[in-house]
Amino acid sequence: MILFRDVSKKYDSLTALAPTDLEIESGKTTALIGSSGCGKSTVLRLIVGLIEPTTGTIEIDGHSVTPAAILDIRRRIGYVIQDGGLFPHLTAEENAGLMWRYLKRPRTEMRLRLEELCDLTRFPVGGLARYPAELSGGQRQRVSLMRALMLDPQVLLLDEPLGALDPLVRAGLQTDLKTIFQQLGKTVVLVTHDMAEAGYLADAIVLMREGRIIQKGTLGDLRDRPADAFVSEFISAQRSLVAI
Amino acid sequence: MKLKITAAVFLLLLVSFIYSACGRRPSIIVASKRFTESYVLGEIAKRMLENQGLNVEHRQGMGGGGIVWTALQTGQITLYPEYTGTVREEILKLKGDAGPDRMRAELAKEGVGMTGELGFDNTYALVMRREQADRLGVRKISDLRGHPDLIVRPSPEFLQRQDGWEPLSRRYDLAMRDVRGVDHALGYTALANGKIDVMDAYSTDAQIAEFDLVVLEDDLKFFPQYKAVFLYRLDIPPEALKALNLLVGTISEEKMIRLNAEAERTKDYTKAAALYFEESPKTAGKSDESLAWNIARWTFRHLELVSISMLLAIAAGLPLGIRASRPGFAGQLILGAAGVIQTIPSIALLTMLIAVPFLGIGTATAIVALFLYSLLPIVRNTAAGLQDIPGSLRESAEVLGLEPRARLIKIYLPMASRAILAGIKTSTIINVGTATLAAFIGGGGLGEPIVSGLALNDTSTVLKGAIPSAVLALLVQFAFNGLDRLLIPKGLRLTESK
Repeated sequence: MILFRDVSKKYDSLTALAPTDLEIESGKTTALIGSSGCGKSTVLRLIVGLIEPTTGTIEIDGHSVTPAAILDIRRRIGYVIQDGGLFPHLTAEENAGLMWRYLKRPRTEMRLRLEELCDLTRFPVGGLARYPAELSGGQRQRVSLMRALMLDPQVLLLDEPLGALDPLVRAGLQTDLKTIFQQLGKTVVLVTHDMAEAGYLADAIVLMREGRIIQKGTLGDLRDRPADAFVSEFISAQRSLVAI
Repeated sequence: MKLKITAAVFLLLLVSFIYSACGRRPSIIVASKRFTESYVLGEIAKRMLENQGLNVEHRQGMGGGGIVWTALQTGQITLYPEYTGTVREEILKLKGDAGPDRMRAELAKEGVGMTGELGFDNTYALVMRREQADRLGVRKISDLRGHPDLIVRPSPEFLQRQDGWEPLSRRYDLAMRDVRGVDHALGYTALANGKIDVMDAYSTDAQIAEFDLVVLEDDLKFFPQYKAVFLYRLDIPPEALKALNLLVGTISEEKMIRLNAEAERTKDYTKAAALYFEESPKTAGKSDESLAWNIARWTFRHLELVSISMLLAIAAGLPLGIRASRPGFAGQLILGAAGVIQTIPSIALLTMLIAVPFLGIGTATAIVALFLYSLLPIVRNTAAGLQDIPGSLRESAEVLGLEPRARLIKIYLPMASRAILAGIKTSTIINVGTATLAAFIGGGGLGEPIVSGLALNDTSTVLKGAIPSAVLALLVQFAFNGLDRLLIPKGLRLTESK
């Protein structure tokens, strides 16, 4: 469980996140959604310690996120960003196995783990020797996902993982992600601005605006019992959802 | 990567250790300034001292007057030929006509002694082509007043001296319109070709006769006397001083002109020195060495200077560049300082470094100067290469849970490798060119033939150094292209080609 207690983040006069309490359930997929600049990425960056909160505390499964503990915490979190964040000088295999090697885990088991993940993410084993420049956008995201899952983390964070992909590739990956999330049963936090994606992939949706949480619930909760006019507005703006 | 750096540093220490262990120091070091007569006198002193069984080294053709004097003052050389006028006006800055006793007393305060006069007066003079001087009716310096449009090209040293161009033109009330400095040896060719009209000369220069020049009469008696002497350190071994004193009063003006002409004709100082000892100018061992051997020796020395200074520059430049890549004042300071060093003229930097006690004349100073000049491209490219890494990739490295050091070594440095290598390549090519300046301070290398060729106005000797150093620069470029393929990760080269 990821727990935010009275967490806020300010940059000088700009408030990225107003004081917030938030509980993200273990083993479930939670989507953070909202327009750009609403603070959803801030929440993710706070969890991995890329930024430090101005006030409040964050806990992951009982361990609080502090600068001293951050390396351990990060190694128990998988993180995927929009363009994959693969290192161009390393092959797919080297990217995915980077931390495995760094932590000097057995090489023989690494190969098995990689094949297992190729299977899970539907990435061809033959592509492991390729460099990011030789992969398609969708394949890069699959490798990025492999890298995030390599050490079998308890928590998986995805920051607009499909944002840069074309609709067909995107739809395919959405299907695969749903399967993966269900199969692994990890605590997943997904940042997106696409309500359809959130509704399809997530068990719980957290709708944010201007650094505040407006409503948390299932897609049904948000649609049928909107907390305020903005929630209805946000949902009806996503036209295709009306038919669901 | 880490291993390679450690290995490089180790190698560096080893090389410098062997270097200092091998550097056998001769007991007497004779120096000379960068013009023919000084070379010849230095060579004569060397011969004379060697005849007494002393171990002597001749550091030929070291920069301007300031460099040699500083070297003598700080004990890096034992003696060198000088002129009384220079001692009075430039070194001691004595006004009026202080006699030899006064000069000796002042020099003694610096731990320096002065021999008796060698016998000739090599005063400064202004010279013109005879044909032009006759046509314009110029015989005396004061006659120049009527011809302010003549092109005047004194040596840079003469331009700056207290008894040089400025005071001279004030005394004679000259208003020449076109006055700029040019290297002394080059000036003669330019004067003979009619490119310039007036230059300074030494009254014993062999070229005065060779190019049919006239010495303008110093009708206001402006120039002080320039009697040749040797300056030496007072702690010189007594037998060496005795040998040196044997030279006093033995070189008349005619003899000096003859020795200078011999040096100019044969392009060989040792032969000119031999002529002094009235020996038949038999080929001495050194000049007999084949050209290929000489070029190999210079090139090897050159490579030694370049590689040691480059290893140092890489070892220091990478950490500095890494530091400079981070935002903040320290980074700006590092880049600023490296930039300022680059703007210091090389001769000025060399002169400054010579004054540093443990560096002195020769290899160490040359290496330090080359090291300093090589820093900027490495530091700047390292910093820029690191700064160019996209923020999203930096964060990806962070959130994986890599420690800061590992992030740098495994991710950031490989990603910046192309820029870093480009910086090292630029540095090395500049270094190969700049290393020729080492010869000015006795550091050796391919600059040695260039410097002595310039002093003798002998283009073929200059080319013996210039061509190999140009070829060397090309080879470096070529070698680095191969190194690119070896050191830049394949994935990055793919990105570039897309």
